[in-house]
Amino acid sequence: MIEFLGVSKWYGDVKVLDNCTLRVGQGEVVVVCGPSGSGKSTLIKCANGLEPFQQGSVSFNGISVGAKSTNLPQLRAQIGMVFQHFELFPHLSVLENLTLAQRKVLQRSESEASEKAKKLLGRVGLLEHSKKFPAQLSGGQQQRVAIARALSMDPRAMLFDEPTSALDPEMVHEVLDVMVNLASEGMTMIVVTHEMGFAKRVSNRVVFMDQGSIIEDRPTSQFFDSPSSTRAVEFLSRILRD
Amino acid sequence: MYDFDIDVIERSFAYLFRDGMSFSLQLTGLAMIGGLLFGTTLALLRLSNVRVLRLIAGGYVNLMRSLPLVLVIFWFYFLVPYVGAWLTGSGQPLKVGAFASALITFTLFEAAYYCEIIRAGIQSVPSGQVSAAHALGLTYAQTMSLVVLPQALRNMAPVLLTQTIILFQDTSLVYVISSTDFLGAASKVANRDHRLVEMYTFAALVYFLICFTGSLYVRRLQARLLVIR
Repeated sequence: MIEFLGVSKWYGDVKVLDNCTLRVGQGEVVVVCGPSGSGKSTLIKCANGLEPFQQGSVSFNGISVGAKSTNLPQLRAQIGMVFQHFELFPHLSVLENLTLAQRKVLQRSESEASEKAKKLLGRVGLLEHSKKFPAQLSGGQQQRVAIARALSMDPRAMLFDEPTSALDPEMVHEVLDVMVNLASEGMTMIVVTHEMGFAKRVSNRVVFMDQGSIIEDRPTSQFFDSPSSTRAVEFLSRILRD
Repeated sequence: MYDFDIDVIERSFAYLFRDGMSFSLQLTGLAMIGGLLFGTTLALLRLSNVRVLRLIAGGYVNLMRSLPLVLVIFWFYFLVPYVGAWLTGSGQPLKVGAFASALITFTLFEAAYYCEIIRAGIQSVPSGQVSAAHALGLTYAQTMSLVVLPQALRNMAPVLLTQTIILFQDTSLVYVISSTDFLGAASKVANRDHRLVEMYTFAALVYFLICFTGSLYVRRLQARLLVIR
């Protein structure tokens, strides 16, 4: 469904992605982990064209992301994305955050869009906050709204870019619960995260990156039981200690 | 001791406000709207990926901000009829009223200042907002008009209003093309009735009241925006 083939990217002289190849099939949940600066976020942002790349190819359902002929806005509408810092629109109410793109991109009517939005807000347990503005919500609540906003577009896959790393510890669970739920419904997901508990529980595969390269790409249990690279072993021992 | 004649204000009240002040306010309001629209366009051009557009908009803004306003008012007053004639293909210089000429001048001049404020406003919106809008499938135009500009204008509302208060004061410069704004009206009455001190004091008081009220409002707005963010 999502396919990265030999993707390389440079910022000036610095190579931030080095020949990355990754295939994610329909319904798969793939966790991408690695030390900070290893290129995890950059890689998943190539999947919906938020980050341009210089070499290789990325395709979504057979449509090339980098090609000039591709209608990028239309492609992006099919791929939901959740950001580290939520990125809700602060000038819009929670409900409007969910209806904006539905109306403008999918051309849904006002009532259709808000019905869909309310259903999703109910699902993430925030229906009673629909009239509030993002700044009036806690971090965990904002991130749940952000997930609902992405889902309002009926995406065929979801990208999560460190969705819990900007949250206070007590709010991590409410967000992870929503994601676990989503995975159990068969959503295709690529999740950049350091939440190894989440990875163990729901992911099919774990991808370990370091210095822009994919070092390991293995089924979850194998990755945790017997990581094959010393760098992954070091990373795991550091991250699982706390 | 100078013999104050307060009565002159009462006698000329209708003329001062119905003719003079309404001219000043109309010119300020319309030039603000036009300046904001053109200024926003300039700001988007200055932030464009296309180098030529950046250079043209940047050159325009720098030129306008380097010229005295009085000079620009004169310049356009004499130039606009010829440009108009050239645009309409007429052999005669186009007859442009003083108000229209002043409005065009102030719009073009203020746009340069509004542009810089709006540009700073756009840059104050975190880039993650643009990413989020793009990720939802919004186009560049939709991202700008629905996500970035509303936040940019809201963040910059106090500065934009302050600039508009300055614009209101600057409209008094239309006296150089013999238009009658509030100050112009006061000045005419002052000369006609030989009541210079009364009229200029009264005019100063009116300008002070309007502008000071405006800046008080700006301060309250700033405080409110801090709470929202």
